[in-house]
Amino acid sequence: MRNLWIFLSRYNAFFFFIVFFAIGIILTVRNNAYQRSVTLNSTNAVVGSAYERLNVLKRYLNLGQVNDSLAQENAKLKTTLLQLQNVDTTSTVVVKDSLNQQQYTLFSAKVIKNSITLRNNVITINKGSLQGVTQGMAVVSPSVGVVGFVMDVSENLATVRSLLNSGTSISVSPKKYNAFGSLVWGDGNFDITKAYVKEIPNHYKVNKGDTIVTSGAGGFPKGILVGKVSRTELSTGDSFMSLEISLFNDFSNLQYVYLVKNRMTQEQNALETLTKDEQ
Amino acid sequence: MNSRTIFINIFRWIILLFVQIFLLRNLAYYNLSTPFVYILFLMVLPFGIPNILLFLLAFGTGLTLDAFYDTLGVHTSACVALALVRVLFISVSFNRDAIDEPEPSLGNMGFKWFSVYAILCIIVHHLVVFFLEAFKLDEAGYTLGRALLSAVFSLFVILLVEFIFHNRKAN
Repeated sequence: MRNLWIFLSRYNAFFFFIVFFAIGIILTVRNNAYQRSVTLNSTNAVVGSAYERLNVLKRYLNLGQVNDSLAQENAKLKTTLLQLQNVDTTSTVVVKDSLNQQQYTLFSAKVIKNSITLRNNVITINKGSLQGVTQGMAVVSPSVGVVGFVMDVSENLATVRSLLNSGTSISVSPKKYNAFGSLVWGDGNFDITKAYVKEIPNHYKVNKGDTIVTSGAGGFPKGILVGKVSRTELSTGDSFMSLEISLFNDFSNLQYVYLVKNRMTQEQNALETLTKDEQ
Repeated sequence: MNSRTIFINIFRWIILLFVQIFLLRNLAYYNLSTPFVYILFLMVLPFGIPNILLFLLAFGTGLTLDAFYDTLGVHTSACVALALVRVLFISVSFNRDAIDEPEPSLGNMGFKWFSVYAILCIIVHHLVVFFLEAFKLDEAGYTLGRALLSAVFSLFVILLVEFIFHNRKAN
Protein backbone atom coordinates (compact mmCIF):
# COMPACT_ATOMS: atom_id res chain seq x y z
CA MET A 1 0.00 0.00 0.00
CA ARG A 2 2.83 2.35 0.93
CA ASN A 3 4.66 1.51 -2.26
CA LEU A 4 1.56 2.20 -4.28
CA TRP A 5 1.25 5.60 -2.63
CA ILE A 6 4.90 6.43 -3.36
CA PHE A 7 4.39 5.36 -6.97
CA LEU A 8 1.29 7.54 -7.32
CA SER A 9 2.88 10.60 -5.79
CA ARG A 10 6.09 10.31 -7.80
CA TYR A 11 4.24 10.19 -11.11
CA ASN A 12 1.36 12.41 -9.99
CA ALA A 13 1.57 14.64 -13.07
CA PHE A 14 0.82 11.70 -15.31
CA PHE A 15 -2.22 10.64 -13.30
CA PHE A 16 -3.59 14.16 -13.17
CA PHE A 17 -3.13 14.24 -16.94
CA ILE A 18 -5.09 11.01 -17.42
CA VAL A 19 -7.99 12.19 -15.23
CA PHE A 20 -8.36 15.67 -16.73
CA PHE A 21 -7.70 14.60 -20.30
CA ALA A 22 -10.37 11.91 -19.99
CA ILE A 23 -12.86 14.53 -18.78
CA GLY A 24 -11.92 16.73 -21.75
CA ILE A 25 -12.42 13.93 -24.26
CA ILE A 26 -15.75 12.94 -22.72
CA LEU A 27 -16.92 16.56 -23.00
CA THR A 28 -15.88 16.66 -26.66
CA VAL A 29 -17.67 13.44 -27.51
CA ARG A 30 -20.82 14.49 -25.73
CA ASN A 31 -20.68 17.85 -27.45
CA ASN A 32 -20.31 16.18 -30.82
CA ALA A 33 -23.26 13.89 -30.28
CA TYR A 34 -25.96 16.48 -30.38
CA GLN A 35 -27.47 15.46 -27.06
CA ARG A 36 -26.09 18.35 -25.10
CA SER A 37 -27.46 19.02 -21.67
CA VAL A 38 -24.56 21.23 -20.62
CA THR A 39 -25.09 24.81 -21.69
CA LEU A 40 -21.50 25.96 -21.48
CA ASN A 41 -21.52 27.66 -24.86
CA SER A 42 -22.53 31.02 -26.19
CA THR A 43 -26.22 30.64 -25.27
CA ASN A 44 -24.98 30.90 -21.71
CA ALA A 45 -26.06 34.24 -20.17
CA VAL A 46 -22.59 35.43 -19.16
CA VAL A 47 -20.88 34.48 -22.40
CA GLY A 48 -23.77 35.82 -24.48
CA SER A 49 -23.86 39.21 -22.81
CA ALA A 50 -20.09 39.61 -23.17
CA TYR A 51 -20.39 39.08 -26.92
CA GLU A 52 -23.41 41.38 -27.09
CA ARG A 53 -21.52 44.29 -25.48
CA LEU A 54 -18.65 43.98 -27.90
CA ASN A 55 -21.07 43.82 -30.78
CA VAL A 56 -22.53 47.25 -30.12
CA LEU A 57 -19.24 48.71 -31.27
CA LYS A 58 -18.91 46.43 -34.26
CA ARG A 59 -22.45 47.13 -35.44
CA TYR A 60 -21.78 50.84 -35.31
CA LEU A 61 -18.73 50.50 -37.55
CA ASN A 62 -20.70 48.46 -40.07
CA LEU A 63 -23.71 50.76 -40.24
CA GLY A 64 -22.87 51.94 -43.73
CA GLN A 65 -22.85 48.51 -45.28
CA VAL A 66 -25.99 47.48 -43.42
CA ASN A 67 -27.76 50.57 -44.70
CA ASP A 68 -26.80 49.74 -48.25
CA SER A 69 -28.08 46.21 -48.02
CA LEU A 70 -31.32 47.40 -46.41
CA ALA A 71 -31.82 49.93 -49.19
CA GLN A 72 -31.29 47.23 -51.78
CA GLU A 73 -33.75 44.97 -50.07
CA ASN A 74 -36.28 47.77 -49.84
CA ALA A 75 -35.98 48.37 -53.55
CA LYS A 76 -36.56 44.71 -54.23
CA LEU A 77 -39.61 44.57 -51.97
CA LYS A 78 -41.06 47.69 -53.59
CA THR A 79 -40.67 46.09 -56.98
CA THR A 80 -42.56 43.05 -55.79
CA LEU A 81 -45.25 45.27 -54.31
CA LEU A 82 -45.68 47.09 -57.61
CA GLN A 83 -46.10 43.80 -59.40
CA LEU A 84 -48.75 42.78 -56.90
CA GLN A 85 -50.77 45.98 -57.46
CA ASN A 86 -51.07 45.16 -61.11
CA VAL A 87 -53.39 42.21 -60.62
CA ASP A 88 -56.22 42.17 -63.15
CA THR A 89 -59.24 41.99 -60.89
CA THR A 90 -61.88 41.89 -63.61
CA SER A 91 -61.25 38.39 -64.87
CA THR A 92 -61.89 36.21 -61.86
CA VAL A 93 -62.83 36.97 -58.34
CA VAL A 94 -61.47 34.45 -55.92
CA VAL A 95 -61.70 35.03 -52.20
CA LYS A 96 -58.46 34.09 -50.65
CA ASP A 97 -58.10 33.60 -46.93
CA SER A 98 -54.68 35.03 -46.26
CA LEU A 99 -54.51 33.36 -42.82
CA ASN A 100 -54.19 29.99 -44.45
CA GLN A 101 -52.15 31.26 -47.36
CA GLN A 102 -49.05 32.44 -45.65
CA GLN A 103 -47.02 29.45 -44.68
CA TYR A 104 -43.84 31.29 -43.76
CA THR A 105 -43.30 34.35 -41.63
CA LEU A 106 -39.90 35.94 -41.17
CA PHE A 107 -38.60 37.83 -38.21
CA SER A 108 -35.21 39.38 -37.82
CA ALA A 109 -32.47 38.81 -35.26
CA LYS A 110 -29.12 40.44 -34.64
CA VAL A 111 -25.98 38.34 -34.94
CA ILE A 112 -24.05 38.77 -31.70
CA LYS A 113 -21.33 36.25 -32.40
CA ASN A 114 -20.19 34.84 -35.70
CA SER A 115 -17.36 32.46 -36.46
CA ILE A 116 -15.94 31.48 -39.84
CA THR A 117 -12.48 30.15 -39.05
CA LEU A 118 -13.44 26.83 -37.49
CA ARG A 119 -14.44 23.60 -39.11
CA ASN A 120 -17.81 23.58 -37.36
CA ASN A 121 -18.95 27.16 -37.19
CA VAL A 122 -21.75 28.35 -34.94
CA ILE A 123 -23.52 31.72 -34.94
CA THR A 124 -25.21 33.21 -31.87
CA ILE A 125 -28.25 35.46 -32.28
CA ASN A 126 -30.12 37.67 -29.83
CA LYS A 127 -33.58 36.06 -30.03
CA GLY A 128 -34.61 33.08 -27.92
CA SER A 129 -37.56 31.00 -26.83
CA LEU A 130 -39.34 34.06 -25.37
CA GLN A 131 -39.39 35.57 -28.87
CA GLY A 132 -40.65 32.35 -30.42
CA VAL A 133 -37.44 30.74 -31.67
CA THR A 134 -37.58 26.96 -31.68
CA GLN A 135 -35.00 24.31 -32.38
CA GLY A 136 -34.53 23.43 -36.05
CA MET A 137 -35.90 26.72 -37.44
CA ALA A 138 -34.41 27.77 -40.76
CA VAL A 139 -32.28 30.94 -40.84
CA VAL A 140 -31.72 33.05 -43.98
CA SER A 141 -29.58 36.06 -44.85
CA PRO A 142 -31.25 39.46 -45.13
CA SER A 143 -30.77 40.11 -48.82
CA VAL A 144 -29.80 36.82 -50.44
CA GLY A 145 -28.66 33.37 -49.37
CA VAL A 146 -29.19 30.81 -46.64
CA VAL A 147 -27.51 30.75 -43.24
CA GLY A 148 -28.40 27.54 -41.37
CA PHE A 149 -30.57 25.99 -38.71
CA VAL A 150 -31.25 26.90 -35.07
CA MET A 151 -29.40 24.49 -32.81
CA ASP A 152 -29.87 25.43 -29.13
CA VAL A 153 -32.32 27.92 -27.69
CA SER A 154 -32.20 29.69 -24.33
CA GLU A 155 -34.62 32.36 -23.09
CA ASN A 156 -33.17 35.32 -24.98
CA LEU A 157 -30.45 33.83 -27.16
CA ALA A 158 -30.07 31.03 -29.65
CA THR A 159 -27.21 29.35 -31.50
CA VAL A 160 -27.42 28.67 -35.22
CA ARG A 161 -25.52 25.85 -36.90
CA SER A 162 -24.28 27.81 -39.89
CA LEU A 163 -23.87 26.38 -43.38
CA LEU A 164 -20.13 26.49 -42.67
CA ASN A 165 -20.43 23.42 -40.46
CA SER A 166 -19.87 19.81 -41.43
CA GLY A 167 -23.15 18.85 -39.74
CA THR A 168 -25.37 21.08 -41.87
CA SER A 169 -27.03 20.00 -45.07
CA ILE A 170 -29.75 22.00 -46.82
CA SER A 171 -32.08 20.77 -49.54
CA VAL A 172 -31.50 22.72 -52.77
CA SER A 173 -32.22 22.38 -56.46
CA PRO A 174 -31.05 24.04 -59.69
CA LYS A 175 -33.42 26.85 -60.59
CA LYS A 176 -34.43 25.29 -63.90
CA TYR A 177 -35.14 21.76 -62.66
CA ASN A 178 -36.98 20.24 -59.75
CA ALA A 179 -34.13 17.87 -58.91
CA PHE A 180 -33.32 17.80 -55.22
CA GLY A 181 -29.74 17.84 -53.97
CA SER A 182 -28.16 18.66 -50.68
CA LEU A 183 -25.95 21.64 -50.02
CA VAL A 184 -22.96 20.87 -47.81
CA TRP A 185 -19.73 22.56 -46.76
CA GLY A 186 -16.50 21.03 -45.52
CA ASP A 187 -15.08 17.73 -46.80
CA GLY A 188 -11.70 19.12 -47.70
CA ASN A 189 -13.00 22.52 -48.76
CA PHE A 190 -12.89 25.18 -46.08
CA ASP A 191 -13.28 28.25 -48.22
CA ILE A 192 -16.14 30.32 -46.82
CA THR A 193 -17.29 31.44 -50.25
CA LYS A 194 -17.64 27.92 -51.69
CA ALA A 195 -19.96 24.99 -50.97
CA TYR A 196 -20.93 21.74 -52.63
CA VAL A 197 -24.21 20.41 -53.97
CA LYS A 198 -24.43 16.64 -53.88
CA GLU A 199 -26.90 13.93 -54.83
CA ILE A 200 -28.39 15.49 -57.98
CA PRO A 201 -28.95 12.66 -60.49
CA ASN A 202 -26.53 12.62 -63.42
CA HIS A 203 -29.09 12.89 -66.21
CA TYR A 204 -29.85 16.54 -65.47
CA LYS A 205 -27.73 19.00 -67.43
CA VAL A 206 -26.36 21.60 -65.05
CA ASN A 207 -23.97 24.15 -66.51
CA LYS A 208 -21.47 26.50 -65.07
CA GLY A 209 -23.18 29.72 -63.99
CA ASP A 210 -26.56 28.14 -63.25
CA THR A 211 -28.34 29.45 -60.19
CA ILE A 212 -29.00 27.18 -57.25
CA VAL A 213 -32.08 27.85 -55.10
CA THR A 214 -33.62 26.19 -52.06
CA SER A 215 -35.97 23.36 -52.93
CA GLY A 216 -38.69 24.03 -50.38
CA ALA A 217 -38.03 20.89 -48.35
CA GLY A 218 -36.60 20.98 -44.87
CA GLY A 219 -37.74 24.28 -43.39
CA PHE A 220 -36.58 26.77 -46.03
CA PRO A 221 -39.17 28.42 -48.29
CA LYS A 222 -38.80 27.43 -51.94
CA GLY A 223 -36.74 29.61 -54.25
CA ILE A 224 -34.30 31.42 -51.96
CA LEU A 225 -31.19 32.16 -54.02
CA VAL A 226 -28.18 30.28 -52.69
CA GLY A 227 -25.35 30.53 -55.17
CA LYS A 228 -23.98 30.07 -58.67
CA VAL A 229 -22.43 26.87 -60.00
CA SER A 230 -18.71 27.46 -60.37
CA ARG A 231 -17.48 23.95 -61.29
CA THR A 232 -19.36 20.99 -62.71
CA GLU A 233 -16.67 18.53 -63.70
CA LEU A 234 -16.34 17.00 -60.23
CA SER A 235 -17.01 13.46 -61.28
CA THR A 236 -17.77 11.02 -58.51
CA GLY A 237 -18.15 7.96 -60.71
CA ASP A 238 -21.66 7.05 -59.63
CA SER A 239 -25.07 8.12 -60.80
CA PHE A 240 -25.06 11.39 -58.89
CA MET A 241 -23.17 14.54 -59.70
CA SER A 242 -21.32 16.85 -57.42
CA LEU A 243 -21.26 20.59 -58.07
CA GLU A 244 -19.11 23.29 -56.61
CA ILE A 245 -21.00 26.54 -56.12
CA SER A 246 -19.94 29.98 -55.03
CA LEU A 247 -22.28 31.34 -52.38
CA PHE A 248 -24.10 34.63 -52.87
CA ASN A 249 -23.94 35.69 -49.25
CA ASP A 250 -20.81 36.67 -47.36
CA PHE A 251 -20.60 34.86 -44.02
CA SER A 252 -17.78 37.03 -42.77
CA ASN A 253 -20.00 40.08 -42.75
CA LEU A 254 -23.24 38.85 -41.23
CA GLN A 255 -24.99 41.50 -39.11
CA TYR A 256 -28.65 40.54 -39.21
CA VAL A 257 -30.42 37.33 -40.09
CA TYR A 258 -34.06 36.36 -40.64
CA LEU A 259 -35.61 33.42 -38.86
CA VAL A 260 -38.18 31.52 -40.88
CA LYS A 261 -41.25 30.50 -38.94
CA ASN A 262 -43.07 27.74 -40.74
CA ARG A 263 -46.75 27.50 -39.81
CA MET A 264 -46.94 23.93 -40.97
CA THR A 265 -43.88 22.49 -39.22
CA GLN A 266 -45.91 20.53 -36.70
CA GLU A 267 -48.35 19.26 -39.26
CA GLN A 268 -45.56 18.23 -41.62
CA ASN A 269 -43.55 16.50 -38.88
CA ALA A 270 -46.59 14.58 -37.70
CA LEU A 271 -47.32 13.49 -41.25
CA GLU A 272 -43.76 12.46 -41.97
CA THR A 273 -43.34 10.42 -38.78
CA LEU A 274 -46.50 8.60 -39.79
CA THR A 275 -44.90 7.53 -43.06
CA LYS A 276 -41.73 6.44 -41.33
CA ASP A 277 -43.66 4.11 -39.06
CA GLU A 278 -45.20 2.30 -41.98
CA GLN A 279 -41.92 1.54 -43.70
CA MET B 1 4.31 32.07 -3.80
CA ASN B 2 3.50 35.57 -2.63
CA SER B 3 0.43 37.65 -3.30
CA ARG B 4 2.20 39.68 -5.98
CA THR B 5 2.81 36.58 -8.12
CA ILE B 6 -0.82 35.55 -7.72
CA PHE B 7 -2.03 39.00 -8.71
CA ILE B 8 0.25 39.14 -11.76
CA ASN B 9 -0.97 35.74 -12.93
CA ILE B 10 -4.64 36.61 -12.52
CA PHE B 11 -4.05 39.82 -14.47
CA ARG B 12 -2.21 37.89 -17.18
CA TRP B 13 -5.04 35.35 -17.40
CA ILE B 14 -7.66 38.06 -17.90
CA ILE B 15 -5.65 39.99 -20.51
CA LEU B 16 -4.62 36.91 -22.53
CA LEU B 17 -8.13 35.42 -22.61
CA PHE B 18 -9.64 38.78 -23.50
CA VAL B 19 -7.25 39.24 -26.41
CA GLN B 20 -7.74 35.64 -27.55
CA ILE B 21 -11.54 35.75 -27.46
CA PHE B 22 -12.24 39.20 -28.79
CA LEU B 23 -9.31 39.81 -31.13
CA LEU B 24 -7.47 36.67 -32.21
CA ARG B 25 -10.69 34.65 -32.65
CA ASN B 26 -11.46 36.79 -35.68
CA LEU B 27 -7.99 36.46 -37.12
CA ALA B 28 -7.15 33.80 -39.66
CA TYR B 29 -4.75 33.52 -42.55
CA TYR B 30 -6.68 31.95 -45.46
CA ASN B 31 -8.64 29.93 -42.92
CA LEU B 32 -5.52 27.80 -42.46
CA SER B 33 -3.69 29.46 -39.66
CA THR B 34 -5.25 30.79 -36.46
CA PRO B 35 -3.09 31.80 -33.50
CA PHE B 36 -3.82 30.57 -29.96
CA VAL B 37 -1.82 32.84 -27.71
CA TYR B 38 -3.72 32.32 -24.45
CA ILE B 39 -1.61 29.21 -23.73
CA LEU B 40 1.23 31.58 -22.81
CA PHE B 41 -0.53 31.89 -19.44
CA LEU B 42 -0.03 28.18 -18.73
CA MET B 43 3.52 28.22 -20.08
CA VAL B 44 4.82 30.96 -17.78
CA LEU B 45 3.15 29.91 -14.51
CA PRO B 46 5.74 29.88 -11.68
CA PHE B 47 8.07 26.88 -11.27
CA GLY B 48 6.93 26.20 -7.71
CA ILE B 49 3.31 25.55 -8.61
CA PRO B 50 1.94 22.19 -7.32
CA ASN B 51 0.96 19.79 -10.10
CA ILE B 52 -2.68 19.54 -9.02
CA LEU B 53 -3.06 23.33 -9.19
CA LEU B 54 -1.37 23.43 -12.59
CA PHE B 55 -3.76 20.84 -14.00
CA LEU B 56 -6.79 22.51 -12.44
CA LEU B 57 -5.76 25.86 -13.96
CA ALA B 58 -5.20 24.23 -17.36
CA PHE B 59 -8.61 22.58 -17.17
CA GLY B 60 -10.35 25.80 -16.10
CA THR B 61 -8.64 27.95 -18.74
CA GLY B 62 -9.50 25.48 -21.48
CA LEU B 63 -13.10 25.28 -20.33
CA THR B 64 -13.44 29.08 -20.33
CA LEU B 65 -12.10 29.31 -23.86
CA ASP B 66 -14.35 26.46 -25.02
CA ALA B 67 -17.38 28.30 -23.70
CA PHE B 68 -16.55 31.25 -25.95
CA TYR B 69 -15.52 29.14 -28.95
CA ASP B 70 -18.53 26.78 -28.74
CA THR B 71 -16.17 23.80 -28.87
CA LEU B 72 -16.79 22.18 -25.49
CA GLY B 73 -13.92 19.87 -24.49
CA VAL B 74 -11.50 20.61 -27.32
CA HIS B 75 -9.37 23.32 -25.72
CA THR B 76 -9.85 21.73 -22.31
CA SER B 77 -8.14 18.53 -23.43
CA ALA B 78 -5.45 20.46 -25.30
CA CYS B 79 -4.59 22.60 -22.25
CA VAL B 80 -4.34 19.51 -20.04
CA ALA B 81 -1.99 17.91 -22.58
CA LEU B 82 0.07 21.12 -22.59
CA ALA B 83 0.31 20.98 -18.79
CA LEU B 84 1.75 17.46 -19.01
CA VAL B 85 4.32 18.56 -21.61
CA ARG B 86 5.29 21.46 -19.38
CA VAL B 87 5.82 19.21 -16.33
CA LEU B 88 7.79 16.63 -18.31
CA PHE B 89 9.99 19.14 -20.11
CA ILE B 90 10.84 21.06 -16.95
CA SER B 91 11.65 17.88 -15.02
CA VAL B 92 13.84 16.57 -17.85
CA SER B 93 15.76 19.78 -18.49
CA PHE B 94 16.50 20.74 -14.84
CA ASN B 95 17.29 19.30 -11.53
CA ARG B 96 14.18 20.29 -9.60
CA ASP B 97 16.06 21.92 -6.71
CA ALA B 98 18.57 23.79 -8.79
CA ILE B 99 16.09 26.29 -10.24
CA ASP B 100 16.44 29.75 -8.78
CA GLU B 101 14.29 31.60 -11.30
CA PRO B 102 10.67 32.36 -10.39
CA GLU B 103 9.02 31.46 -13.70
CA PRO B 104 9.96 30.00 -17.10
CA SER B 105 9.79 33.20 -19.15
CA LEU B 106 12.05 34.25 -21.99
CA GLY B 107 13.89 36.85 -19.92
CA ASN B 108 14.65 34.38 -17.14
CA MET B 109 15.57 31.32 -19.13
CA GLY B 110 17.24 32.64 -22.25
CA PHE B 111 16.11 32.40 -25.87
CA LYS B 112 17.39 28.90 -26.60
CA TRP B 113 15.70 27.12 -23.72
CA PHE B 114 12.49 29.10 -24.02
CA SER B 115 12.08 28.59 -27.76
CA VAL B 116 12.46 24.79 -27.49
CA TYR B 117 10.01 24.79 -24.57
CA ALA B 118 7.52 26.99 -26.47
CA ILE B 119 7.74 24.91 -29.67
CA LEU B 120 7.02 21.67 -27.80
CA CYS B 121 4.11 23.12 -25.80
CA ILE B 122 2.55 24.84 -28.82
CA ILE B 123 2.81 21.84 -31.15
CA VAL B 124 1.23 19.43 -28.66
CA HIS B 125 -1.56 21.88 -27.85
CA HIS B 126 -2.33 22.63 -31.51
CA LEU B 127 -2.28 18.99 -32.60
CA VAL B 128 -4.81 18.10 -29.90
CA VAL B 129 -6.99 21.11 -30.75
CA PHE B 130 -7.14 20.49 -34.49
CA PHE B 131 -7.51 16.72 -34.38
CA LEU B 132 -10.22 16.85 -31.72
CA GLU B 133 -11.99 19.57 -33.67
CA ALA B 134 -11.95 17.49 -36.85
CA PHE B 135 -12.74 14.34 -34.85
CA LYS B 136 -11.86 12.00 -37.70
CA LEU B 137 -8.74 10.80 -39.43
CA ASP B 138 -9.67 11.36 -43.08
CA GLU B 139 -8.09 14.59 -44.24
CA ALA B 140 -5.38 13.96 -41.64
CA GLY B 141 -2.93 15.74 -43.91
CA TYR B 142 -5.06 18.85 -44.10
CA THR B 143 -5.63 18.88 -40.35
CA LEU B 144 -1.91 18.39 -39.73
CA GLY B 145 -1.13 21.26 -42.08
CA ARG B 146 -3.58 23.55 -40.33
CA ALA B 147 -2.15 22.61 -36.94
CA LEU B 148 1.45 23.23 -37.97
CA LEU B 149 0.74 26.49 -39.79
CA SER B 150 -1.21 27.71 -36.78
CA ALA B 151 1.64 26.60 -34.51
CA VAL B 152 4.06 28.76 -36.50
CA PHE B 153 1.72 31.73 -36.21
CA SER B 154 1.23 31.18 -32.46
CA LEU B 155 4.96 30.72 -31.87
CA PHE B 156 5.68 33.97 -33.64
CA VAL B 157 3.14 35.92 -31.59
CA ILE B 158 4.19 34.28 -28.31
CA LEU B 159 7.88 35.02 -28.86
CA LEU B 160 6.96 38.57 -29.79
CA VAL B 161 4.93 39.02 -26.60
CA GLU B 162 7.75 37.55 -24.53
CA PHE B 163 10.35 39.81 -26.13
CA ILE B 164 8.24 42.86 -25.42
CA PHE B 165 7.09 42.11 -21.87
CA HIS B 166 9.48 39.64 -20.26
CA ASN B 167 12.87 40.57 -21.60
CA ARG B 168 14.11 42.46 -18.55
CA LYS B 169 17.14 40.24 -17.79
CA ALA B 170 18.31 39.45 -21.29
CA ASN B 171 22.03 39.92 -21.64
